[in-house]
Amino acid sequence: MRNYVFKRLLTLIPTLLGISVIVFLVMRLIPGDTISAMIGTQFKLTEAQAEAMRRYYGLDKSLPEQYGLWLSAAVQGDLGYSVRTGQPVLSEIIRRYPLTMELALVAMAIAVAVGIPVGLVSAIQRDTVLDYAGRLFALAGLAIPGFWMGTLIIYGLSVYLHILPNSGAYVEFAIDPAENLKQIIFPALTLGLAFSAAVMRTTRSALLEELNKDYARTARAKGHTERGVILRHCLKNALIPVITLIGLEAGYLLGGAIIVEEVFALPGLGRLLLNGINQRDYALVQGVILFIAFSFVVVNLLADLAYAVINPRVRYE
Amino acid sequence: MNKSAGSPFLRRLGRSPSAVAGLIIITFYVVVALFATWLAPYSAAGQNPKDRLQSPNSRYWVGTDEFGRDIFSRLMFGATNSLTVALISVSLAFAGGTLIGTISGYVGGWTDNVIMRLVDLMFAFPALLLALAIAAALGPGLRNTVIAIAVVYLPIFARVARGSVLLLKGLEFVEASRSLGVGHVRMIFRHILPNAIAPSLVQLSLAFSWAILTEAALSFLGLGTIPPNPSWGSMLSDSRTMMELAPWMAVAPGLAIMFCVLGFNLLGDGVRDILDPHLHLGKTPQ
Repeated sequence: MRNYVFKRLLTLIPTLLGISVIVFLVMRLIPGDTISAMIGTQFKLTEAQAEAMRRYYGLDKSLPEQYGLWLSAAVQGDLGYSVRTGQPVLSEIIRRYPLTMELALVAMAIAVAVGIPVGLVSAIQRDTVLDYAGRLFALAGLAIPGFWMGTLIIYGLSVYLHILPNSGAYVEFAIDPAENLKQIIFPALTLGLAFSAAVMRTTRSALLEELNKDYARTARAKGHTERGVILRHCLKNALIPVITLIGLEAGYLLGGAIIVEEVFALPGLGRLLLNGINQRDYALVQGVILFIAFSFVVVNLLADLAYAVINPRVRYE
Repeated sequence: MNKSAGSPFLRRLGRSPSAVAGLIIITFYVVVALFATWLAPYSAAGQNPKDRLQSPNSRYWVGTDEFGRDIFSRLMFGATNSLTVALISVSLAFAGGTLIGTISGYVGGWTDNVIMRLVDLMFAFPALLLALAIAAALGPGLRNTVIAIAVVYLPIFARVARGSVLLLKGLEFVEASRSLGVGHVRMIFRHILPNAIAPSLVQLSLAFSWAILTEAALSFLGLGTIPPNPSWGSMLSDSRTMMELAPWMAVAPGLAIMFCVLGFNLLGDGVRDILDPHLHLGKTPQ
């Protein structure tokens, strides 16, 4: 196991480097002059001033040199400064990160809590009304875009229940857990819906497959009740692909969170990114994208390790 | 029965209820998208201030927005927009990805290694984040939205194609063709590619549903289709300030997106059930 962890950690380095190259290059796709993009178009600079700025920011150097400078600063925690707020990008990110992380975790918990039971019932009650209802739920969950569901939730809450979920500033969990959860629950439901649909479908098809296998038939032949076959034998095996799916998809919640935060006006990383894009605050945008991508890789790494714990075959490959 | 109806794939597709339902929904959308200009009762941008914010009625089936534009017509033109973006971006991703994956798998060695490491890198980003970053860097607009979606989906097709090529390479018919002196180019295009495409077909339908969702999401965030061009996503975004006065503005575009995505998902499910024998579930003995 230790070997596996070590090997997996080693592959992290080229991945992270590659990500940084892509983020760097994508930001260089922005058309127009980097300096005016950086300080905004409302300031007119003389050619000499622009030249001085370019030299100051190292933009007169070649692309690889620029990348090297940027990367060496970045690994030391210096992602530059936000042009709008004047704050270091990293401290802005760290301030917003807990909210996004919390949102993703609660969404995942909801997805698991809803998806697995519904999937199990659907599989056990195959081709009954319950199964059809479960499958309909999954189809709808995968087809309803989060930003639509969020919009409708806000509408329903404000018109029928006269609550505005995003009235008032965001309260941290540590300060007032109840208030915090009240603010998080609807965004998390929105974010978790599609995920729970995916979990449901995987659970259902995995359990159906296991129920068809020889060992399940043997268990039945031995006189186990169907309930016993499912609970004692099939369930454990059926959950392996579900756990794989959860690991694979967990990182995508970070992408989905961007939109949900925008819909519910939550001050997380996603909103920071979108505001940065709208305000042409490129150091900020670059930093946030890099940070989210890194978190994504770390989440995937954790998922892989968790998977290796459950499924020993992986470790010995 | 004529010959094409006898094709086992199409015959089985016709017997899958989910594929048939998906095909019906998609056909409906395609017809609307193709003929929106003739079918839509009003123009997409025509403002009619006297009729602003009307609830659904006999003249405006789905009501009007804050400029008095007919939402039903805008939904129809939105279908044209959505499906155009999806069709071009998925075609690019499919063609590019399949070609790259096929060559990568066929050539092998360090070429394969380099290409696949690059593909892995693309998977190291949440798909939506990457599309968003590209769209943000390039700026909004139809062409850039297409590029963003295509770039993100291309590696998926590349990976799938490579996987099946690796499998095919070891099969006897390839060996037989080679011993008959078939060259590499002919081998790839005549023998490998046609066989490598089948698994990608499953991805194709999912790619469409993802492209439609992503176009809507980008437009919702103001990074996709540029207003006043009608896009389901930007219509939804506009609806948010008008929600209490005109909830139909929020309901209609969402339904349009949902059923379109549903259509492609259903078709994808049907195709997967046919092509992926692993998932064929016999009757559960209960």
